[in-house]
Parts: sequence; structure tokens; C-alpha cells
Amino acid sequence: MNVLTDNFSLYGKGLLGTVELTVYASLLALVLGFLMASFRVAPVGSLRVFGTVWVTVLRNTPLTLLFFAVLLGLPRFGVVLPFQLFAVLALGCYTSAFICEAVRSGINTVPTGQGEAARSLGMTFGQTLSLVVLPQAFRSVIPPVGSTLIALAKNSAIAGSFSVTELLGTYKTLNELGYSVVWSFVWIAVGYLIVTLTISAVFNVLEKRWGVPR
Amino acid sequence: MTDTALYDIPGPRARRRHLVYGLAATAVILGIIAWVLYLLFDTHQFTAQKWRPFEYQGIQEMLLRGLGNTLKAFAYAAVLSLALGGLLAAGRLSDHRILRWVATLFVEFFRAMPVLVMIFFVFVALKVQPLPALVTGLTLYNGSVLAEVFRSGVNSVDRGQREAAYALGMRKTQVMSHVLVPQALRAMLPTIISQLVVALKDTSLGFLITYEEFLHAGKLIASNLDYGLPFIPVVMIISPIYIGMCMLLSWLATWVAKRQRRSLKTEAVEVAPAEPGTLLPGAGQIHP
Repeated sequence: MNVLTDNFSLYGKGLLGTVELTVYASLLALVLGFLMASFRVAPVGSLRVFGTVWVTVLRNTPLTLLFFAVLLGLPRFGVVLPFQLFAVLALGCYTSAFICEAVRSGINTVPTGQGEAARSLGMTFGQTLSLVVLPQAFRSVIPPVGSTLIALAKNSAIAGSFSVTELLGTYKTLNELGYSVVWSFVWIAVGYLIVTLTISAVFNVLEKRWGVPR
Repeated sequence: MTDTALYDIPGPRARRRHLVYGLAATAVILGIIAWVLYLLFDTHQFTAQKWRPFEYQGIQEMLLRGLGNTLKAFAYAAVLSLALGGLLAAGRLSDHRILRWVATLFVEFFRAMPVLVMIFFVFVALKVQPLPALVTGLTLYNGSVLAEVFRSGVNSVDRGQREAAYALGMRKTQVMSHVLVPQALRAMLPTIISQLVVALKDTSLGFLITYEEFLHAGKLIASNLDYGLPFIPVVMIISPIYIGMCMLLSWLATWVAKRQRRSLKTEAVEVAPAEPGTLLPGAGQIHP
């Protein structure tokens, strides 16, 4: 029990690191995922191919390999950034592939008639997109995006092994200080539960507020 | 492209415009590729010194051994997590409340935990060898996810099937094993295979607990000064193999799913993958 009270600041720092990683990587993943989804539904062939390749490759890449390539590979090109930024990049790109698929299938659930009706009312492409298609897609996209972001939070644990400050990494320090390993892991587990349950609570609220009534 | 709500079928002018956009986009993408290639050449990644190690038999054998270890971990994890998934699903579908509670708690807890935390816990706290630690972690996580897959599969079999079986006087076990599970398994096969892709991808976590798998072998080569730290060449060799293996499995899942859409045997099951109903930690669909 005193593992937590003695090392509150250490755990706090770790939890903060995990939360920061999760938030920044989520933002990157959402932006990139949306961009890639728009590529994949674009009427331009080469963009569609690019989006498809991006998604297929990243979805089938082990995240550890991606971390390995980004954190140890990019410095070879003379790209020197803080480790945390590298981690955000790897996590964000990886998750963007899953977000892209969620958004794309959300757009595809909007019936064709909706777009046809919008166009026959004389709406421009921008209006069709922003007033008709995206609002409806958004509603059905909430649950899958939520579980993808939860997975992102869990995946952020890998960053700890690549010398980024985050929750799982705290066990090493605690181990060296001679605390009970089991208890330090219990509190790490609690920390992850807090993060994942918070995300799921947020998305539950979003789902209640805007989701498709089932 | 015709079944999207976004555009009409393009006319001649729109098609011409799209062609222009397409050419511009292609130019930009080719530009990016050229820039990456230039960077690769500029930082001397294609020098003979960096690629020579891959000609040595010892190093090829080391890579193959690593690949073998990866596949070994995957095989163990896949079999064990299917077994654990079946067991937990049986628990969750049980008529006994206590069993149901225990199984639910187990499943929900292990789905909410990062796999890596479990692997590290087994590795560090229980002081186990890397391979068993990796397999245990993967089994606990993927078993829990698969349990949910199995359960939702059984529950999604048309109600009439269950009722008809009970009306014929079958026991619960018989209903399960003769009627519900075969149909559910067939319908859930694509989802199960996609989850196995996740397990295969996650075997690379063994790298972090010094299990001598594929990535580990790559790291050993990459950190060799004699070959001028051939880091990028190693990534260029390893990632196509890794990604290729996962893609093969993913394609198998898609192929099975496509075949099933035409099959009569899965008619009674409404498969609704990738649509988590509730949003518990890590609900529903396949987890990256």
C-alpha cells in the first residue's frame, strides 16, 4: 500500500506522461485519420491508392516495429526530436489507420439518397458534406473511434520501453528502490484503468448526446 | 464509387477536372517518394558496407531463427488464447451466476489492461522466462477479447434456432454444441482471424522483454559497428516480412468473410462486426 503514498509524485508523473501521450497522439490520429478517410473516398484515383496503401500498411505493422523504426531510424536521417515527440508520431500514425477506417465506414453508412436529395436541393459539394453527410457520419462513428482511442491509450505503454516517461516505465524505478513489484504493478494497473475508463466515459456521454439511437 | 452519398457519377467536365487533380496528386506523391529516396542515398544507406551482413550465412540463420521464434510464440499464443477464449465464453454464457460473474470480471479486466503491462508483470514480478511471459500476456489479452467474440457470436444466432433445439428436447449442452456454436463459429471466423492478426503483431512486444524474436535479431545486426550500424537496411528487410505475414492473415480473414457472404450456412446468424453496442473499455471490434 505504501508504494503509492511514498511515490505519489513518481506515479503522478508517469500518469501525466501517459495522458499527454494519449492526448497528443489522439489529436494527430484524428486529424491524419480524417485526412486519409477523405483521401479514400475522393474521386481522385491516386489519392485513393495513397490512402489505401497507408491504411493497409499501417494496420498490418506491429506497433513495436513502428516505434523501432521511428525512434531509432529517423535519427539516422538527421531528424533529431525529443523522444516524446517521436512516440506521439509513431502512435498517431499507427492509430490514424484505424480512425480512417472508422470514419470511412461512417461515411459509407450514410444512404446515397441523402446526398442525392442534398444535391437536388441545389447544395454545393461543401454544403452536402458539412450539412448532410458528415453530421450523420459523425453519429455512427462515435463508438468505433472511442474504442480505437482506448486502444491508443493502452498502446502508449510501449513508449515507456523506448525511454519516454509514462506510467508503465515507473516500475523500473520502483524496482530499483526495492518496493514490492506486485504492488507497484497493481497501482500501474489502476492508473491505466483510470485513463481507459475516463475515455470510455467521455465517449459514453458523446454517444448519449449525439449517437444513433438503437 | 457509385455507392457513396458524396458525389454524383461525374460528367465529362468533372472527369477532366478529376484527371487534373489526379495528375497533381500523383506528382506530389512521386515527389515525396523521390525525396525519401534522395534522403536514403544522401545518408549513405545503400553502401555495400551496410548491406554486406545480409550475405553472411550466420546472419541469415540468425534472422531465420528470430522469425522462427516469432512464429513459435504466435502459434502458442494463438492456440492457448483460442482455448482460453472458449473457456471464458462458456463461463460468460453459463447458467450459474457465480461463474458468469467471475468470467465477466476476468474478461473486462484483461481487456482494459495494456498487453504490455501483463507481459511485464509476468516477466518481472513472477520472474518467468521471456517466451512463457510473452505467451501468457498475449493469451490473457487475446483470450479475453476472443471470449467476447465467441459470446456475441453465439448470442447473434437467430433466436428461432435455439428455441427449435430446446423444443426438440435437447439439453443446454447439446443446444450449444450441436446448434449454436457451429453456426456462431462459422460466422465469427473472419473476426477470429483478425484477432489472430493482432496476436501476431503483438508477438513483437517480446522484443521489449529481450525475447529473441525477429525484431531482436534485427536489433543485433543494426547495432553492429563493423557494418556501419546498418539500421535502415535492417528495417527495410524486416518490415516487409513482418507486414507481409500480417497482411496474409488479414487477407485470409477478408477472403473468408467474402466467401461467407455467399454461403447459406451462415444465414441464421446476423453478423455485426465492428459495431460495438456498449462502450465498455475496449468494447466490440478488433483492437489495434
